[in-house]
Amino acid sequence: MAAITFPAVAIAPRRTLSRTIALYAKEARYELLKNIRIPIYAISTVAFPVMFYVLFGIVLGSGNPANRNENATYMLATMGCFGVMAVALFGFGVSLAMERGQGWLQVKRASPMPVSAYFFGKLCSALTFSTVIMLLLLAIGYSFGGVRMPITTAARLVGILVAGAIPFSAMGMAIGYFAKPNSAPGLVNLIYLPMSFCSGLWIPLFLLPHGLRTFAKLLPPYHLSQLALNAVGMVNHPTPAWGHVEALLAFTLLCLGVAAWGYRRDEGKTYG
Amino acid sequence: MSTALAEMPRSAPAPRQVSIATTRNLTKSYGAVVALRDFNLDVHAGELLALLGPNGAGKTTLVRTLLGVARPDSGRVSVFGDDPHQGRVQPRLGAMLQVGRVPETLRVREHIDLFSSYYPKPLPLQETFQIAGIEDIRDRPFGELSGGQKQRVLFGIAICGDPDLLFLDEPTVGLDVEARRLMWSQIRTLIARGKTVLLTTHYLNEADALADRILVLDKGSIVAEGTPAEIKARAMGKQVRCTSRLSLAEVQRIPGVLSVKADRNAFELQVNAAEPVVRELLQRDSWLGDLEVTNAGLEEAFLALTQNNHAEAANGRN
Repeated sequence: MAAITFPAVAIAPRRTLSRTIALYAKEARYELLKNIRIPIYAISTVAFPVMFYVLFGIVLGSGNPANRNENATYMLATMGCFGVMAVALFGFGVSLAMERGQGWLQVKRASPMPVSAYFFGKLCSALTFSTVIMLLLLAIGYSFGGVRMPITTAARLVGILVAGAIPFSAMGMAIGYFAKPNSAPGLVNLIYLPMSFCSGLWIPLFLLPHGLRTFAKLLPPYHLSQLALNAVGMVNHPTPAWGHVEALLAFTLLCLGVAAWGYRRDEGKTYG
Repeated sequence: MSTALAEMPRSAPAPRQVSIATTRNLTKSYGAVVALRDFNLDVHAGELLALLGPNGAGKTTLVRTLLGVARPDSGRVSVFGDDPHQGRVQPRLGAMLQVGRVPETLRVREHIDLFSSYYPKPLPLQETFQIAGIEDIRDRPFGELSGGQKQRVLFGIAICGDPDLLFLDEPTVGLDVEARRLMWSQIRTLIARGKTVLLTTHYLNEADALADRILVLDKGSIVAEGTPAEIKARAMGKQVRCTSRLSLAEVQRIPGVLSVKADRNAFELQVNAAEPVVRELLQRDSWLGDLEVTNAGLEEAFLALTQNNHAEAANGRN
């Protein structure tokens, strides 16, 4: 007997709201757990900014007691920016490139998981790690660098930098959709280390050559660090904050566009 | 319990076959490589359909297309009456895919808990652990598991949502005999629960042991279709061994002989049907001795099926 096609669209029951919330929460929780348990990730993303902050912000600044706390405050903003970038680029970009290239993303996409939950989990993990890094840097600056600021200022600094993980997560997403799993970590380092330097995260921009200072305005970390420096009163001639926010917003949209392109491209390909 | 189920005879196919997943004229290429060519498939409710074929036959591409993960170049795909790419039917599907690497730091129960949360009506965790046989390793990180244990966890991920249609893409690849038998009995448990299963494999004995129906795929097309018994009958033929004074060329000329291996006067013939060939041999050589007729092995049968196809394709080109 000839086979007949299944007559009606028989769709499974919709997920209830409470189950949807639980799903997103679990995705975020397990993404975070997964990352915390990878020693190389947890240590490198947290330890590097802490180490550099101690070195550049505390030890090297301690020679001149007059501006010791100024240096420590300045570097708190820029090294914070550096740390947040690493978390977003590695936690989002490299991990996406790996899971996509090794077939795990395909297993998830074959399930009823909403794709947005996957990215929500990664973003939550990046935001959590960013918060941890900022609180650590603040504690170190306060204890050893003579950093003093009102709690509201500190909160604003943390808020700005943690929110700064969003544009760099978008950048990580764009990279994650084009990089191969094995080359992704190298590629991310190749982009983000020079970009950090040129944006004045290591050595303040006013100490860098003029050409580089102009070039920095094209780089997203420059705009994020300027917002952070603004928040702690470390910019001599503050430019309007909106300019930086707009630049970061445009950068985020550009990265999301590239990621969306990669996402569509993936559907025509096979991996693993 | 699962052993008892494993020994249960399979029920006869339902008189009215309801097709729950279909493809029509499905074509999909990766660059210059055609993975599927005008492919027509019907998966019937409640059956275990095995797609059998060598690497590169298009099995995995077919599974991915049915899951909505890969997009066809042309043709229609329908699962439960809907385009799987729209993402609406996934709550009724489960998939065990080949995956290079699974996040290793998450524990088994965490993986299952997460995937269960994706489905509207998942099985209780405990039941998933039981069916997949992963109760004893539920607290272990994925990275510490053996190959067989990892496959069982992926199996657990596929079934935890209590789906109606399951895709098992080479579920026993790389497993030892014992782990393979265990996986088979787990797959039979699913069938006993009324699930429909689409299994891909390149092991003929696996398709034979599990399937109601087998499709043999090669280079993106179906080269044979039928019940395991039919496939074997069609493909297998017989093997005739004998010693003879005939020359190799003379033996090769006998009608019905597919291939001949000769070692001095000892011959090994692959034939479709043994009787006419044996009759012919005896007529031509009264000294014929050591006659032996056996069923060809499953692997030979499989090779014959796909190689015939290659030969036809080559002839078509010439």
